[in-house]
Amino acid sequence: MTAMKKFWNNKTLRSNTITYAVVILGFVIMQTLSSMGMLGSAVKGYLVPICVYIVLAVSLNLLVGVCGELSLGHAGFMGIGAFTGIVIAAVTAQLIPEGTVRLIVAMAAGGILAGAVGFLVGIPVLRLRGDYLAIVTLAFGEIMKNLINNMYVGIDEAGFHMVISTEQMKLLPGGTMIISGPLGATSIQKLATFPMGFALILVTLFVVLNLIHSKEGRAIKAVRDNRIAAESVGIPVTAFRLKAFVVSAFLAGMAGALFGLNFSSLTASKFNFNTSINILVFVVLGGMGNILGSVISATVLYVLPEAMRSLQDYRMILYAVVLIVVMLCTWSPKIKNAIRAMPVLLRERFRGRRKEAGSHE
Amino acid sequence: MKILQYLVNGISIGSVYAIIALGYTMVYGIAKMLNFAHGDIIMVGAYISFSVTNYLGLPAILSVIISMAVCTALGVVIEGLAYRPLRGTPSLAVLITAIGVSYFLQNAAQLIWSSSPKNFTSIVNLAPLTLFGGQLVITGEVLTTVLVSILVMVGLMLFTGKTRTGKAMRAVSEDRDAAQLMGIPVNRTISITFAIGSALAAVAGVLLCSTVPTLQPTTGAMPGIRAFTAAVFGGIGSIPGAMLGGILLGLIETFSKAYISPQFSDAIVFSVLIIILLVKPAGLLGKQIQEKV
Repeated sequence: MTAMKKFWNNKTLRSNTITYAVVILGFVIMQTLSSMGMLGSAVKGYLVPICVYIVLAVSLNLLVGVCGELSLGHAGFMGIGAFTGIVIAAVTAQLIPEGTVRLIVAMAAGGILAGAVGFLVGIPVLRLRGDYLAIVTLAFGEIMKNLINNMYVGIDEAGFHMVISTEQMKLLPGGTMIISGPLGATSIQKLATFPMGFALILVTLFVVLNLIHSKEGRAIKAVRDNRIAAESVGIPVTAFRLKAFVVSAFLAGMAGALFGLNFSSLTASKFNFNTSINILVFVVLGGMGNILGSVISATVLYVLPEAMRSLQDYRMILYAVVLIVVMLCTWSPKIKNAIRAMPVLLRERFRGRRKEAGSHE
Repeated sequence: MKILQYLVNGISIGSVYAIIALGYTMVYGIAKMLNFAHGDIIMVGAYISFSVTNYLGLPAILSVIISMAVCTALGVVIEGLAYRPLRGTPSLAVLITAIGVSYFLQNAAQLIWSSSPKNFTSIVNLAPLTLFGGQLVITGEVLTTVLVSILVMVGLMLFTGKTRTGKAMRAVSEDRDAAQLMGIPVNRTISITFAIGSALAAVAGVLLCSTVPTLQPTTGAMPGIRAFTAAVFGGIGSIPGAMLGGILLGLIETFSKAYISPQFSDAIVFSVLIIILLVKPAGLLGKQIQEKV
């Protein structure tokens, strides 16, 4: 009993448990429904992307919410992961026949490359702050999209080829193109599965939640709340920012690989500014620094436009209106106060009527 | 001679970026927010001008004036409804709202004008200037764009430097609370800023579509991002900086397309931006503000 109470009084442990519980419950429900054949193929198609976007939102939340760095280039890391994953999965097709193992290898490779790029980009870029960091990450995302869009990767008996123009691409007969520039990757073997997506979410939650509640996480939050104060008590600010940046990029890369291996074809234009912005919207609406919030808002906001498909042309305009209204209701001090005052007002009115009714008797 | 032609083309597209960037930089400098919907106001401006000339059959100059009026009203309404309630909240909240507004404008335009591209007829009918026996052609659009961008820059500099409202803008930009205490109507000043920025966006939209004649709901998005980069490039908040940034961006884009690689022009433009920001973190002409403890 006391153990129970102790557990319940520990705020961190409690919120972490709730987060894991919600995710596991969601997985079990969807998996059961799916195995009972109660999900349509359209809904089944959403499952892996939802997992991907949850991971992206949680990893971006580490950067934006916990670390306080505005990044507008998260889709760039996702793109690196996606195309690395696709290439690795294609290259190792003979080496590793088992699909799940190959998927894990591809995801790990995607994560590592995205993390490495995050490290290289992070060293110079993290010297900047605020809106300037935002614009540089935006620029980085566009550069990545542009580079991937002009990359040609192929494999044949002579080995692995990677060039940046069509003319240079000479494959031996029997070779296959994996990525063909602006046409993107085609005939991808779909390796991604919902349980793997779920596993990736668990890994992400484990990494991010542990990082947030560790000594390093507290240092990162100190940097966010007051950089100068944090610096003056001896916290190595840049090192911690870089660490958060790399972890976030790594997770985004893994999610990207899962995403890439979920479709039969994929172009680099998918990883544009709009995708970065969408992930940011998930984070901000879910609550900055709130991990469970990111999980929920990524799910709801991914499903919402899909669910409104029957409204056709009106759905995105409705989505925009919902977005603006939610932002106003959650952030505007005036509207927040009005909403807070609503129950009191209603109660008073109700009471007033009752009194009137009473006086008539 | 080819190099001169590229130079002219670069300055032309750069001037369009400069006009958009001037609007961006005004709004950022005074309201301290990244208005991602700015690019979409450009698109709305172009559509209004297109509709007025094509459906109502009014002359081009009138269409520009109507388009400026509509965009001004639109800018003020957006500011009042979506941005003003969020004043004083973290900049990220306003940013996301601006993205919502951007989605809204794009999709509203798609509903009204459909997503199929419209062929925008140039509003400029000046004869092209031919130099060096036909080796260098400067079209009327280029001349107009460059002239307008210079006029706008000088006008804005005089406006912010000399007029009462302009001085109020600089005061609000410097310290909003102190300006409020001195009796400057902060909300009205910010509204005026949005009005000016949006009117400029309308002009930019018409000029952009006169140079690149396809018009669709996403027309404004990419030039918007580029102009934003241009504004940061030149030092965000600085009026001559926006002009310089816009022209430089246009030149880098045109020359890298011509001499390095047409596919990688995006990567080159954005790489230059990153390098500039690393060397001069406040942009080319921006003020470096020391943080106080």
